[in-house]
Amino acid sequence: MELVLSLAIGVLAGSGVWLLLRPRTFQVIMGLSLLSYAVNLFIFSMGRLAIDKEPVLVGGVPADLLHYADPMPQALVLTAIVIGFAMTALFLGVLLASRGLSGTDHVDGAEEAP
Amino acid sequence: MSGLLSQLMPNLVMVPILLPMLAAALMLLLSERHRAWKGAINIAACALGLLAAVALLLWADLGGAPGRIGVYLPANWPAPFGIVLVADRLSALMLVLAATVGLASALFSVARWDKAGVHFHPLFQLQLMGINGAFLTGDLFNLFVFFEIMLAASYGLLLHGSGRPRVQAGLHYVAINLAASSLFLVGAALLYGVTGTLNMADLARQITQVSAADRGLLHAAAAILAVAFLAKAAAWPLNFWLAPAYGSATAPVGGLFALLTKVGIYTLLRLWTLLFPADAGASAHFGGDWLLYGGLATLVFGALGMLGSQRLGNLASFGIITSSGTLLAALSFGQRALTGGALFYLLSSTLAASAFLLLADLVERWRNAGASVAPHEAAGDAPFLSPDLEPQEGLNLDDDEEALIGKAIPAATAFLGLAFMGCTLLITGLPPLSGFIGKFAMLTALLNPQGLGHPGAAPVAASAWVLLALLVGSGLLGLIAMTRAGIRHFWAAHDRAVPRLALAEGLPVAALLAACVLLTVQAGPVMRYAQATADALQAPTAYVQAVMSARTVPNPPAPAPDAKVPP
Repeated sequence: MELVLSLAIGVLAGSGVWLLLRPRTFQVIMGLSLLSYAVNLFIFSMGRLAIDKEPVLVGGVPADLLHYADPMPQALVLTAIVIGFAMTALFLGVLLASRGLSGTDHVDGAEEAP
Repeated sequence: MSGLLSQLMPNLVMVPILLPMLAAALMLLLSERHRAWKGAINIAACALGLLAAVALLLWADLGGAPGRIGVYLPANWPAPFGIVLVADRLSALMLVLAATVGLASALFSVARWDKAGVHFHPLFQLQLMGINGAFLTGDLFNLFVFFEIMLAASYGLLLHGSGRPRVQAGLHYVAINLAASSLFLVGAALLYGVTGTLNMADLARQITQVSAADRGLLHAAAAILAVAFLAKAAAWPLNFWLAPAYGSATAPVGGLFALLTKVGIYTLLRLWTLLFPADAGASAHFGGDWLLYGGLATLVFGALGMLGSQRLGNLASFGIITSSGTLLAALSFGQRALTGGALFYLLSSTLAASAFLLLADLVERWRNAGASVAPHEAAGDAPFLSPDLEPQEGLNLDDDEEALIGKAIPAATAFLGLAFMGCTLLITGLPPLSGFIGKFAMLTALLNPQGLGHPGAAPVAASAWVLLALLVGSGLLGLIAMTRAGIRHFWAAHDRAVPRLALAEGLPVAALLAACVLLTVQAGPVMRYAQATADALQAPTAYVQAVMSARTVPNPPAPAPDAKVPP
């Protein structure tokens, strides 16, 4: 499971960084999205990977992190997802404004000289 | 006075966050037709915020040298579990600075620029809320949230007024900051994974107990976090976004943005001194060398950028980068006297940069006969110069025939010129204004690492000599650039109408410069405060103890079971 998750995070982050460095605004926003997915998975994994641990308090189980999944990273991920989503939406707005004003989808607002 | 302040604490700590939030919420209820009201609310909220910040500063300074630390538990959970807000000397100082710059920019905006788009005033207040929150919070993830509030508002403010240059710079600015936010999250999550806490004070306690096997992971986490903050603080090579963004932002927004890099510096200073103090064992002063090298490189980059700038907006932006580099390099020594001098310089350089960005707008409009950007500059040409770098018509470069004597200088022109001179003195650190005092304090501390009165006790390190040379050299380069800009704008160009200044535009510039004059006149008490702040930063135990021992407010007693509940 560790291998699968770390591979997933690595592939997402790698693709994200590559797309982030591309010259088209659409590629940049896709890169940013992939990067935020990778980061969210990463935060989640910082609560340690475990199987069959209770997420919510139940009677008869000692209330410590040995017997429960760590709730903290889940709360962090939730916040990070919401903020990341809002920021990506805002970036989309700026992207469209830039496309409309400059007539090109190049990140610098002008095509490179040939 | 002190009794009243003590009564207000610790609730006063919450005011710098709540006040802008409520003001912004109130303004959202008003439609854009009531812009005058919004402006009034904005200015009133800024003024009240300044009052609250000054009250916090006075309170923090009441107890003498070590200073008091106000801790507020917003959710009434004890320290490592709930979010804490902490107001100590450094936070209070930064709050006062933010409120001063905010008030001046808000006043400047009502003259003209708030009409360039919608929702200027609510965004302005939200930006202040994010900045104040970042200065106050004692929790790493809460810091992230306040950073995002600050950034979200700054995106809106940067795009205020629209237009192609702003959208273009905004696109880069948003992309850079989204990437930096991802790094922030990675770093914070790693720190949580290693130490199991996000409370800064608790982190400081846990750092020494991290096992040797996890030490590398801890350092990686700190380094990733630092990269995110360095991008905000405009350290080279993470600062190429800054000059286009600040140069194209509308003037009051630029005036406020002068604060943003200082938020990055503040965060670095706070976390670095808290997590990696001299007694942190294997992690003591971790990353200090990188801060130094990054700071020196930023200093060189900023100074060269100033020399190459033709427009006032770019000149101001590179001035901000220079000041960031100076601060990073000076703080990285972790030396009491040097940190104190750097804090003084931080105050002076932020006020000066803000004043200069506001002033640049007035001067540019005067030069372009009312337009913010001259038609010939839309193609990217430098002001006063044609594409082949020949001076344009109307520029008297001394080798021409016309004498410039015998003309009366109108008061508005004189005001602009004097303000420009003031900014020049402050940004380059020349006497007699406060920029010089800050630089002088840093140079003294560099040459006397043990403090004055211990001559020859310790040799001056090579890095200190390098910083000293760069500080003096960058001042010279900045002076050359500012003098050239001044000659072109005020002496050589003629046949222009008298500038028209609104009171709301002249007043903030004058007030910011007057604040610098006040810093100069009151240099003794301010420097004493800065020194005490530096001392407190070098000994973070008091901060940790204050946070960890903060007591929750007890619940009100439950009503007796037989009490009659009215129907």
